[in-house]
Amino acid sequence: MSSAVAIRPPARPDRAESVVTEGRAVRWGLTGIAILFLALFLVLPLVTVFIQAFAKGWSAYFAAFQEADARSAIRLTLLVAAIAVPFNLVFGVSAAWAIAKFEFRGKNLLVTLIDLPFSVSPVVSGLIYVLVFGSQGLIGPWLIENDIQVIFAVPGIVLATIFVTFPFIARQLIPLMQEQGTAEEEAALTLGASGWHAFRTVTLPNIRWGLLYSVLLCNARAMGEFGAVSVVSGHIRGLTNTLPLHVEILYNEYNFVASFAVASLLAGLALVTLVIKSLLEWRYSADIAAGARRH
Amino acid sequence: MAEPPLRPRRRFRQPSVIPGFGLTFGYTLTCLGVIVLLPLAALVARASGLGLSGIWDVATDPRVASALRVSFGVSLLAALTASVFGFLVAWVLTRYRFPGQKIVDAVVDLPFALPTAVAGIALASLYAPNGLVGEQLAKIGIEAAYTPVGIYIAMVFIGLPFAVRTVQPLIVEIDKEIEEASATLGAGRWHTLVRVVLPPLIPAVLTGFALAFARGVGEYGSIIFIAGNLPYVSEIAPLLIVIKLSEFDYGGACAIATIMLGISFVTLLAINLIQAWSRRRFGYV
Repeated sequence: MSSAVAIRPPARPDRAESVVTEGRAVRWGLTGIAILFLALFLVLPLVTVFIQAFAKGWSAYFAAFQEADARSAIRLTLLVAAIAVPFNLVFGVSAAWAIAKFEFRGKNLLVTLIDLPFSVSPVVSGLIYVLVFGSQGLIGPWLIENDIQVIFAVPGIVLATIFVTFPFIARQLIPLMQEQGTAEEEAALTLGASGWHAFRTVTLPNIRWGLLYSVLLCNARAMGEFGAVSVVSGHIRGLTNTLPLHVEILYNEYNFVASFAVASLLAGLALVTLVIKSLLEWRYSADIAAGARRH
Repeated sequence: MAEPPLRPRRRFRQPSVIPGFGLTFGYTLTCLGVIVLLPLAALVARASGLGLSGIWDVATDPRVASALRVSFGVSLLAALTASVFGFLVAWVLTRYRFPGQKIVDAVVDLPFALPTAVAGIALASLYAPNGLVGEQLAKIGIEAAYTPVGIYIAMVFIGLPFAVRTVQPLIVEIDKEIEEASATLGAGRWHTLVRVVLPPLIPAVLTGFALAFARGVGEYGSIIFIAGNLPYVSEIAPLLIVIKLSEFDYGGACAIATIMLGISFVTLLAINLIQAWSRRRFGYV
């Protein structure tokens, strides 16, 4: 109401923008290089998996899954993920509740320690469990006496998988819940809700998309982990072979079609994960990552 | 009578009406201790049993030294490549508009989602001498598979998302008014980019570089298939840990693992220092 000067739109908007961007040719050139680079380095390997898997036709592709070893590898991978992901889900929610809803000393140290598995090489992740549970390990002799096998058996695979996926859910939830603060929970508690009731009806709906997002990524890593699992598994066919390990065995036997066929299952899982992840990001980005303002 | 003044007491925890601290904090600590700290402590205990001289002996063994050189050297080069192209990809994705942009953006996360063994066999078959890309490279005299070049390719693959995703959010936040000011004051676009836009992004680029480097050094699954694993030529340190373990040489495996852990802690420390410096210099991480 105060200004008498009408703000006119710039006569040539493209011209007005041109001081803060590069010339058209440079823009297209850089975009071209970036896309070409991604296509060559990232997309081509993915496409190769499917090309190789179907190199000898559908029947050869499906024959790879008729094998008993392949089926048991699928079962084991599903089993391991079915234990590791819920474990890390409970841990992640619990850690995020303690860290985000309360102020206490040493919090930064705790967050750093939770992050630790991200910076440990997968092979070292497997090694440390061998050092604890292996026959020469810390409690190895005791385990042998009591006839409990952890290394070269399913428990070791589960433990190593839990380790490499340990920070996934906690890392996603901590900043998200920190940003949401405690006001809503405090209101619920003041109105007479129990702690558990407040968590279920107030906190959980607030974090559900972030939770789903992190469970998805955690699951992809749990099913695809190779290095850590390879160290503790012992590669016993039909018993301690997960899908990624089965891929390796078939490949080293020069059974390429079967190897890529099994690999295509995992690649398919990765693709589905990426698609759902992107959809969640596009739709609920504010509810997934902290930083964007809520409400 | 007045009550004695309340002394401000340093408490472990600020009081809160929200319940569940004891339960969740205790459970968190228990999980952390059992899953992460105890096994890592076992490694530290084993390594301290060897002593510095024991670790040094393993590290200077020619085969181990060569594997460490390959792992760290190639990872450095790969992280450099990933940083350069990662910056380019991040810039293109945030600053330009083109069809299929969202899909290209999603593709960047592929190495995060694709299991490393799958990436490994795919890269190996692509870059093998009779593979799609390997054949073309052979024509210009480059042998990729079963040489350090192959390791480099796998490490670029695995490191790229780190480089892109650390820089991207900061490019989004650049205030375009600064660029306008720079342009108004007569700077050319190139001059503006190099002198105005780029400097505040350097900490993020360095962080992405360090993350890609650390990931490359530790990487196993996507490398072993394409590397060929020739001792003294294309053998990486993580593979040597696996070999030592299969020979039941726990001490040797621990020594290499300790060296690698040491380097990744130094890298983490470097990242923290970069971020602290960035906070002082630019006011954000």
